[in-house]
Amino acid sequence: MEHYHMNLTLKVWRQKNNQSKGNFETYQVKNISSEMSFLEMFDVLNEQLIVEGKEPIAFDHDCREGICGMCSMYINGQAHGPWQQNTTCQLHMRAFKDGDTIVVEPWRSTAFPVVKDLVVNRSSFDRIIQAGGYISVNTGNAVDANAIPIDKKDADDAFMAAACIGCGACVATCKNGSAMLFVGAKVSQLALLPQGGPERESRVLNMVAQMDKEGFGNCTNTYACEAECPKGISVANIARLNSEYLKAGLSSEEA
Amino acid sequence: MALDAKIPQGEMDKKWSDYKGHVKLVNPANKRKLEIIVVGTGLAGASAAASLGELGYKVKAFCFQDSPRRAHSIAAQGGINAAKNYQNDGDSVFRLFYDTVKGGDYRAREANVHRLAEVSTSIIDQCVAQGVPFAREYGGLLSNRSFGGTQVQRTFYAAGQTGQQLLLGAYSALERQISLGNVEMFSRHEMLDVVTIDGKARGIIARDLTSGKTERHFGHAVLLCSGGYGNVFYLSTNAMGSNVTAAWKAHKKGAYFGNPCFTQIHPTCIPVSGDHQSKLTLMSESLRNDGRIWVPKAKGDNRVPKDIPENERDYYLERRYPAFGNLVPRDVASRAAKERCDEGYGVGTTKMAVYLDYKDAIMRYGKIEAGKHGLVNPDDKTVFNLGKQVVEEKYGNLFEMYEKITGENPYETPMRIYPAVHYTMGGLWVDYELQTTVPGLYALGEANFSDHGANRLGASALMQGLADGYFVIPYTLGNYLADDIRTSSIPTDHPAFEAAEKEVTDRLNRLMNIKGKQTVESFHKRLGKIMWDECGMARNEKGLKQAIAQIQGLKKEFWSDVRIPGEINEFNSELDKAGRVADFIELGELMCIDALNRNESCGGHFREESQTEDGEAKRNDENYRYVAAWENKGDSEWQLHKEELNFEIVKPSQRSYK
Repeated sequence: MEHYHMNLTLKVWRQKNNQSKGNFETYQVKNISSEMSFLEMFDVLNEQLIVEGKEPIAFDHDCREGICGMCSMYINGQAHGPWQQNTTCQLHMRAFKDGDTIVVEPWRSTAFPVVKDLVVNRSSFDRIIQAGGYISVNTGNAVDANAIPIDKKDADDAFMAAACIGCGACVATCKNGSAMLFVGAKVSQLALLPQGGPERESRVLNMVAQMDKEGFGNCTNTYACEAECPKGISVANIARLNSEYLKAGLSSEEA
Repeated sequence: MALDAKIPQGEMDKKWSDYKGHVKLVNPANKRKLEIIVVGTGLAGASAAASLGELGYKVKAFCFQDSPRRAHSIAAQGGINAAKNYQNDGDSVFRLFYDTVKGGDYRAREANVHRLAEVSTSIIDQCVAQGVPFAREYGGLLSNRSFGGTQVQRTFYAAGQTGQQLLLGAYSALERQISLGNVEMFSRHEMLDVVTIDGKARGIIARDLTSGKTERHFGHAVLLCSGGYGNVFYLSTNAMGSNVTAAWKAHKKGAYFGNPCFTQIHPTCIPVSGDHQSKLTLMSESLRNDGRIWVPKAKGDNRVPKDIPENERDYYLERRYPAFGNLVPRDVASRAAKERCDEGYGVGTTKMAVYLDYKDAIMRYGKIEAGKHGLVNPDDKTVFNLGKQVVEEKYGNLFEMYEKITGENPYETPMRIYPAVHYTMGGLWVDYELQTTVPGLYALGEANFSDHGANRLGASALMQGLADGYFVIPYTLGNYLADDIRTSSIPTDHPAFEAAEKEVTDRLNRLMNIKGKQTVESFHKRLGKIMWDECGMARNEKGLKQAIAQIQGLKKEFWSDVRIPGEINEFNSELDKAGRVADFIELGELMCIDALNRNESCGGHFREESQTEDGEAKRNDENYRYVAAWENKGDSEWQLHKEELNFEIVKPSQRSYK
């Protein structure tokens, strides 16, 4: 790969805390290597700010290998930036060129309030899982792992759905702020596996109820979520969620 | 204090069942009155918190991330071992036990390892019941693959995302207990001290990382499941936030630190590309199932790999270790890569890399697929494309990750890899019950030292984390708490809590008031360089002594010149990091002291003074067949305690993979 260096202008959302009003601040960074990751470029900027006696930009990040789901930047109008099926931490600076201006914002959604700068509160996702995103099996209750064979295709599809990293890009990118892809992925994973059978109906009803309670919007099938999902979770999972919900609603006494 | 590992009497394969049969129990009504603190929510912490919640204890769980699902167990790629013998290839509990003790170069405690192998099968059952989507064969049964240091296929996996799937399983069990009210979750919280009363752990001081406020939390027992300390090297495959702080605070409050110098340097990571690098990325060991590692036979050969003909390539692992080939254990593979690069055979711009090549595997799989499809004499391109699909299914996410980071397509050109810090076998010393030297304070998973000796085998970290959390602590903790049922909750205005909180806030104030010139990050980088150069893949007396002096100097400089912007009572990532780096500096010194003390080579610990004629690690069982457990005696002062290791079953011998 050809390496190069670049100077960039960054417009970054700064917000002191949840109570305060935020605004964009403009920064210049120089001599950025095309081999750096996007967050390493932010590291450079933050080191620069600290040395200048200013406050560094708060942003969430941890594994920096695209799996923990913690990083969450809205870059030039796209969740996780310009690359497909990619997280912010795995975006590399070769996606940009010398002289570019890059606009960086936090996830914006009612259900993800800003904590500080680019950091948001995604605990609403945890509460949706608490509502039913599990199989109720206490430790020690399990039968032999090979006692129940599972069709390879179902197992593979369940895995594909389970690959969701819970980053919230789907919500951030959706004009309705809908969490249907996130919820659909978990409902699908557990609906595809025989172990998920006994709680199938209560699970989908409770998770959807919690999703609504948290203030997430509805799905209007724009498929923006699938386009921006770093793990390529398919909207087929939303279709399955709808069908599961409908079936559960028909057979549930509470419907 | 004499170290008592509390290993049960009796035959090795009966110890655990006998222990379980005689251990004290806590009745359900009393469990409801007992409070337990769990620090960390990775595989060990989440599984422990969930399982203890299920049993009816009142649990408080803490993690520094925004959600328990982010813990770094999530990044484990390759798989999890279990002695299921589903492949009918001769595996058994004994084999897994034996491989683990041997793989650890005879520096692990046999009884713990045997228990680990015994419960390994239940882990797989539990995870499948939770809906963990492991890879399956067409018949619907579970699939296995091989990992280093073994000759059977006992590794269960979910593509290259096994840790993610296992953690999400444990996380879902944890979230269920949260919804049932059995576990109270504190995200974005960091433990900053252990509170001891009458010599027993009775709670923690935590800091809410959003508000910056310190909090007091009582517990009848405290479980540290806070992971490893590989980030002492600055560059490692650990997450940016992974730290030693919880374990270190416990150490300073009386918990001995076991074998701190035992570090695992993983052979297959993406090499360092420049000074800007913030972390290193692992390419799963599972890739060594099919990939072949090589360097050019000629020094300084600058041709692109495809122009280097077969007879001019040195498949050095296959050459040196014909029995295990590319699947030798990690320590062996790492040293072999370093040896080739140090000798001038390295590749890439920095010359500090070797090739991991998939060409042969792609063509081999392609031919099998062509056969399945009934293609007669298919051309190379067809075979390649068919084979590529197979490799994609097995390792697709890893190949993608490599391409994102390097910009090179590993299906077309071999990956460049080099060893990197990955895991720490050392950790808080624990007895058979996972209790540290502080009563009521436990350490689980990577945070303890117990099961992997001087080198961990691939796919065994996930196994140990979940074994400790799901199947060990629920039994051993009861044995302690059964005697504590008359202790009612201690109010957190107790003087011990007050004193501990004051200590924490004093330190935070001290850090903020330094107002120096150098950033936290710059200190961390300098510490990392000292550690990597002198306490990394090869260590010697001179270098270690030098490192100790350098670290002491760095510590002084840190405490007089670090610059931390912002305030204490707010979201302040630099302050969080400063506390962690200060602890890493102290730990770094202890690691070098431990490495200096252990004048033998074993597993990942390679003392240049102790090697065989062909450069293999040479153990010294006569003088070093012990666990080094260090007691903190004050600033830069430690006292060594030894736990002698007795090998009843697996007799120590020169480890050979030839």
